[in-house]
Amino acid sequence: MSTLSYAASDSATMLRRNLRHAIRYPSLTLSVAGMPLIFLLLFVYVFGGAMGAGIGGLGGGRTQYLSYITPGIVLMTLASGSITTSVAVCVDMTGGIIDRFRTMAISRASLLTGHVIGSVITTMFSTALVLGVAVALGFRPDAGPLEWVAAAGVLTMVTFALTWLSVAFGVFAKSPESASNLPLPLSLLPMMGSGFVPTGSMPSGLRWFAEYQPFTPMIETLRGLLTGTAIGHSAAVSAAWSAGIALVGYAWAKTRFNRARTH
Amino acid sequence: MTAAIKATGLRKSFGDKVVLDGIDLYVPRGTIFALLGPNGAGKTTTVRILTTLIDADAGRVEVAGHDLAADPDGVRAAIGVTGQFSAVDDKLTGRENLILMADLNHLGRTRGRRRADELLDRFDLREAAGKLAGTYSGGMRRRLDLAMTLVGDPQVIFLDEPTTGLDPRSRRTMWQSIEDLVAGGVTVLLTTQYLDEADRLADQIAVLDRGRLVAQGSAQELKRRVPGGHIRLRFADTTALGRAAHVLDDAVAEDADLTLRVPGDGSVQALRDLLDRLDATGLRPEELQVHTPDLDDVFLALTGRTDTPQETSR
Repeated sequence: MSTLSYAASDSATMLRRNLRHAIRYPSLTLSVAGMPLIFLLLFVYVFGGAMGAGIGGLGGGRTQYLSYITPGIVLMTLASGSITTSVAVCVDMTGGIIDRFRTMAISRASLLTGHVIGSVITTMFSTALVLGVAVALGFRPDAGPLEWVAAAGVLTMVTFALTWLSVAFGVFAKSPESASNLPLPLSLLPMMGSGFVPTGSMPSGLRWFAEYQPFTPMIETLRGLLTGTAIGHSAAVSAAWSAGIALVGYAWAKTRFNRARTH
Repeated sequence: MTAAIKATGLRKSFGDKVVLDGIDLYVPRGTIFALLGPNGAGKTTTVRILTTLIDADAGRVEVAGHDLAADPDGVRAAIGVTGQFSAVDDKLTGRENLILMADLNHLGRTRGRRRADELLDRFDLREAAGKLAGTYSGGMRRRLDLAMTLVGDPQVIFLDEPTTGLDPRSRRTMWQSIEDLVAGGVTVLLTTQYLDEADRLADQIAVLDRGRLVAQGSAQELKRRVPGGHIRLRFADTTALGRAAHVLDDAVAEDADLTLRVPGDGSVQALRDLLDRLDATGLRPEELQVHTPDLDDVFLALTGRTDTPQETSR
C-alpha cells in the first residue's frame, strides 16, 4: 500500500476506536446536548412568552421565539461538542497510549484525524437530537429539501472548524480538566451574538462585538435556511470564519502535536 | 553477527541538566540486554531516544539495521515498546485493544483477529478478553500491554521497567514471558532497578549512573566486581567492637553505629566459622545480619557512592 492509503486506513482505524468509545459511553454524546437543551427549555418556557412579544418583527408569542432561538441553540450544541473532543484528545495525549502510537510505523496525523472525524459524527448526532426536541416543542422549519441539505452542510462545516480548534485545545492542555475549560467560552458565544436576541437590541459596544463575532453569521445562515429569514452575506462570512478557524486549529494542533516529541 | 541495537556517543540534556553524557551500546541480535540503574540514571531517556520518541542531542543510533535519524519509520516498523506507563486503551476490551494494534499493523481482518486470539491465549487473557481493560488488575494490564507490543511481530523489543510495581507472582510470569520472547529469536532491551531481574534475564548488563555507563558485562562479570555478601555484627560498645575488629582482620569497623562488616558469601559454613572465631574470644555481638549483594553494593563498588540519586521530575 502507498503512504497515502496507509494514512487513510490508519485514520479509519482511529475513527473506529473513537466511535467505539462513543457507543460504549453514550452519556458523553448525550451530555453534549444537555446544556443546549436546558437553555432551550429555559428560554422557551420561562422567558419565551415575554421575549417573543418583546422582539420586534416576531409578532409575539412563545412559538415564534422558539423558532427564533433554535438556530442559536443548535450552534451552542456544536460548541458544546468541542468540550468532549478536547477532553478526549487530552486524555490520549497525557496517557501512556500516545507513546505506543508514536513508536509505531503509522501515519502520524491519523490519531488527530480520527478524533476530528469521530467528533464531527457524534456532534451531528447531538445536533439532530437537539433539533428533534425543538421540533417536538413546536418548531416548524419551512426549509425545503435543498435548504435542509445546505443547512446540514453549514453545520458540518462549522463543526469541522470548531473540532480542529478543540483538538488543538486538547493537545495544548496539560490535563483533561483544563482541556474541558478551554473550549467553554465557545458555548457561550452564541448568547453574545444573534442567537437569543437580535443584535440591534444590545448596547453599542456589545452590539459591535455581537455583529462581528463568528457565531452571528453562522446563526443567521442557519436561521435563513430553516426559517426563511434574509441570509445576505452571512453564508460567505460563515464560510470564511470556518476556514480560518479550521486552519488556525489545524496548524496549532499539528505544531503542538509534533513539538511534544522533543521532551 | 549483526547488531540489533548499536548506539554511539548518545547525549541528551533537558535544559542545563545533562541526562545522558555519552552512551555507547551494542546489543547483538537474539539477546536480552539490561540497562540497570537507579531512578534518574537516564534509563527511560535512553529508551525514549532509541524508540524514536525523543531526539538525542548527539550520537548515532542504528536499530535493526535502520538509522534512527534518517529512517525513524523503518525503526518503528521493526520495534515494539512497552513503556513504564500503561499504554492500553481502558475504554476498549482486551481483545479490542489487540485488534486495534493488528489494524494499525495492517494485518488485515482475518489475520489480525487470529493474531489477537493467539496472544490472548498466550498471555492467559482469554477469559478477560471481553472485559474493558480499565477493569484489569496490574498484572493483567502489564500482560495485555506486552501482548499489544507483540502484535506486529517486532524484531527488537524495548521494555521500560517491565516489572516495577508488580506482585512477586506477576513478576515471575512476566520474566517467563520475556524469556519466551528471546527463545523466538527477538532481541530485548529492558531497563530495571533490580539486580536480581537483570541477573535472571540478561545476557549483558550495562550499569547506568548519572547519564554514564559505569560498567558493562555479563551478570557473572559484573558480580565479580561487586564485593559479595557480608555479615554485619553490632556490638554493645566501642571496646568490644575494637577487639572484634582486631580478631577479624578482614572486617571493616563502622564506629558510628558500632557495627563490623565481615565479607562472606552468606553460606552456613562461613557463618559457623565466623561465630566460632568470635566464641574463641568470648565476644558476644548484640545483633547479626546476613547481607546478600544488591544494587546498592554494585553501586558502591562501581561508583564509590552508596546513595542512589532519586529521580528528579522533568
